Amino acid sequence: MPTRLREVDLVIVGLGWTGGILAKELSEAGMRVVALERGGMRSTNPDFAIPLIRDELKYAVRNALMQNPARDTLTFRHSPTEPSLPMRQLGSFLPGEGLGGAGVHWNGVTWRWTGIDHAARSYYEERNGKSFIPADMPIQDWPMTYAELEPYYDKFERTAGVSGKAGNIRGAKQPGGNFFEQARDRDYPLPPLEPSYSQTLFNDATAQMGYHPFPRPCANASRAYTNPDGSRLGACVYCGHCERFGCEANAKGSPHITVIPKAMAQPTFELRTHSWVTKVMLDSTKKKAIGVAYTDVSTGQEYEQPAAIVALCAYAINNVHLMLLSGIGTPYDATTQKGIVGKNYCYQPGGGGVTLFFEDKIFNPFMATGAFGIAIDDFHANDQFDRAAMGALGGATITVGQSNGRPIGYRPVPAGTPRWGAEWKKATAKWYLRAMNIGVTASNMPNRYNAYDLDPTYKNVFGQPLLRLTYNFLENDKKVIAYVGQKAAEIARGLKPTSMTGPGALGEYNIVPYQSTHNTGGAIMGTSPGNSALNKYLQSWDVPNVFVVGASAFPHNSAYNPTGPVGALAYWTADAIKKRYRQRPGLMT
Amino acid sequence: MSEQPNRRDFLKTVGTVGASGIAAAVGADAAEAQTRPAAAGPSSPVAVSHAYTFLTAPEAAFIEAAVDRLIPADDLTPGGTDCGVAIFIDRQLAGAWGSGDRTYMQGPWQKGVPTQGYQSPLTPAEFFRAGIAAANAYCRQTLQKEFDRLTADQQIKVLQDMEQGRITFEGVSAQEFFNLLLATTMQGFFADPVYGGNRDKVAWKMIGFPGVVAIYSEHIKTYRNKKYDVEPKSILDLS
Repeated sequence: MPTRLREVDLVIVGLGWTGGILAKELSEAGMRVVALERGGMRSTNPDFAIPLIRDELKYAVRNALMQNPARDTLTFRHSPTEPSLPMRQLGSFLPGEGLGGAGVHWNGVTWRWTGIDHAARSYYEERNGKSFIPADMPIQDWPMTYAELEPYYDKFERTAGVSGKAGNIRGAKQPGGNFFEQARDRDYPLPPLEPSYSQTLFNDATAQMGYHPFPRPCANASRAYTNPDGSRLGACVYCGHCERFGCEANAKGSPHITVIPKAMAQPTFELRTHSWVTKVMLDSTKKKAIGVAYTDVSTGQEYEQPAAIVALCAYAINNVHLMLLSGIGTPYDATTQKGIVGKNYCYQPGGGGVTLFFEDKIFNPFMATGAFGIAIDDFHANDQFDRAAMGALGGATITVGQSNGRPIGYRPVPAGTPRWGAEWKKATAKWYLRAMNIGVTASNMPNRYNAYDLDPTYKNVFGQPLLRLTYNFLENDKKVIAYVGQKAAEIARGLKPTSMTGPGALGEYNIVPYQSTHNTGGAIMGTSPGNSALNKYLQSWDVPNVFVVGASAFPHNSAYNPTGPVGALAYWTADAIKKRYRQRPGLMT
Repeated sequence: MSEQPNRRDFLKTVGTVGASGIAAAVGADAAEAQTRPAAAGPSSPVAVSHAYTFLTAPEAAFIEAAVDRLIPADDLTPGGTDCGVAIFIDRQLAGAWGSGDRTYMQGPWQKGVPTQGYQSPLTPAEFFRAGIAAANAYCRQTLQKEFDRLTADQQIKVLQDMEQGRITFEGVSAQEFFNLLLATTMQGFFADPVYGGNRDKVAWKMIGFPGVVAIYSEHIKTYRNKKYDVEPKSILDLS
């Protein structure tokens, strides 16, 4: 028998960035908050201390900070006609587990999304005409404008200690920043990091070609920083062990050193780790949540935690899974196109990048940070970029980062080199220091068949159905990669490398090699129950005392990384609960 | 080219006791060194055990031969076995990863397409074991000898055929086994020496990776287009 606990005002499922932000904001507002985190406790010291944190095998290859697929994973198929099989090992994306979640092991790229992203359907209809949007591409506008979200983007940038250079402050273009960004109220809290050699080459070459290079905004602190809450971040040391690792210098904006300790200082907040939520409990009307059921996975004891509000703040994939397991909203059926929960899953196509090899240059790829980079946005945020020539919606950023020169994972050799043996060895020894990458990261538009539902066969460790993912890269994605990949290749040729590989063509989606942990959609936000699972405050239309916070709310995926708007939306939702919902519970309009 | 002198020959000369016991007792390094082609050795002898805990003697013979072909001895580094890669693989197979602690092991099992990923009902360690047995069975059938008894050229040909999917094994995908073998070999060669491979940081020295200290706040600027020459430091060095 589960133990029934005393009711609280808010129960939070998952304590990463979004859960941490809600926990801090709402416990400080006097609400009684319990956070349930299915992983363990973590702190920078001792968990991320040198030298043990510099273990590429443990953290980057064996995924020590990630969700364990032996206990819970998803199944995958490319289309409804293919048998769906479990993702038995992690690969393509890496959901985090444990205090801080993916906010601990992320790289730190922190964009504000473009005006086009915030108004996707309106923009394309107006600029390219309704017929430019394929019939099977259910894109839609965000329910809030960029301008409405601007103060919340700003708040997240200041919390996370983002280093960058503004390109547009209240309409005034700023030299050196992103020429195409939306107006911001003020600059980033920290100046950009020092660029790598490869980034200086890219910066000069793209400027000469008439593009608009700028430092990519990143939550790697360029200098020691105290955020508005009094949380202290150290300066980034360019150690090259960022993504998939925790930061020993506290230089990566992470919830376990910012919002979570602030929540934990509140007497009204309680954290329970090893607490795996299996279900949101609904009352007999199915219109109201009464709390959550969870298991302490360190003892096996089952509990029920009643709460006036339930906030799903797990990884985007797990938020959708919990909704489907709990019967919140109508599951989406791709065949009939009825229902909504599971719809508009999107990911992030890459593969248009180029690797350049130079006999006469040394790049020291191990001197690296998670997120610093020089980018151009001319083929993405640029609203004058002619998508008709590309024949596709969306676009891609072109970037030189330098984030992961660790030797198990990063060993560039020219095309045609064998993967092993004497020739491979000579090439590896020669080119490791002498190669640089130009990356192409594309947006991803939804398709009616790219969606989640519950798997009919496979179960997790609790005997619950796994989530089933149906997904493939489609025509629109292939065109974007082909078009922008050629632009990247032109830039590369201008740098006159000894040789170069790429750009490759985008093939079928492969769940094995790592691509990005940018899984979006499934519990999308919108303007009505007909087009969305959540309203503009990320509140379930069907069960209004459930909020679902995270990239699961995005109706499509940008070419940008998701964490900027994820953080902004968490502050936005916390604000709506604090200022409006608490006074008058019910569906907010 | 003549047959490769290897662990199997060494074992023959001392009897049929388990490889681990013998290696530990009489010092496999010294005995094997006499029968191996000269290779650039580590600058200082490293006291790392050659004793296997998972691989049986014939399995160890296969792995040693394979990693010496994948990472051949040359003027850059010693061969895979002398770099500790076989020991690394043994430790990984004996440990949590080998026993599938981060692998979803529930059925039912179907083959799927390669882009759906690993679908074997075997743990990674069991998969390795089955792969070695299947590769040896193939070699016996087609070349009348087990893999480790083939000439180096024959071994290279078999590995290439596995890699390219030109040959099939009984019960195990030759290509999938090759890919796992190659990935694990590279992990052993390039991982921190604390795991038994990359002895004396030979792989890091080969490419110019400075290891785990990694404080580059100033260097990011001062070492633009300039080689950063330092003695690499490993977790082992700092512990």
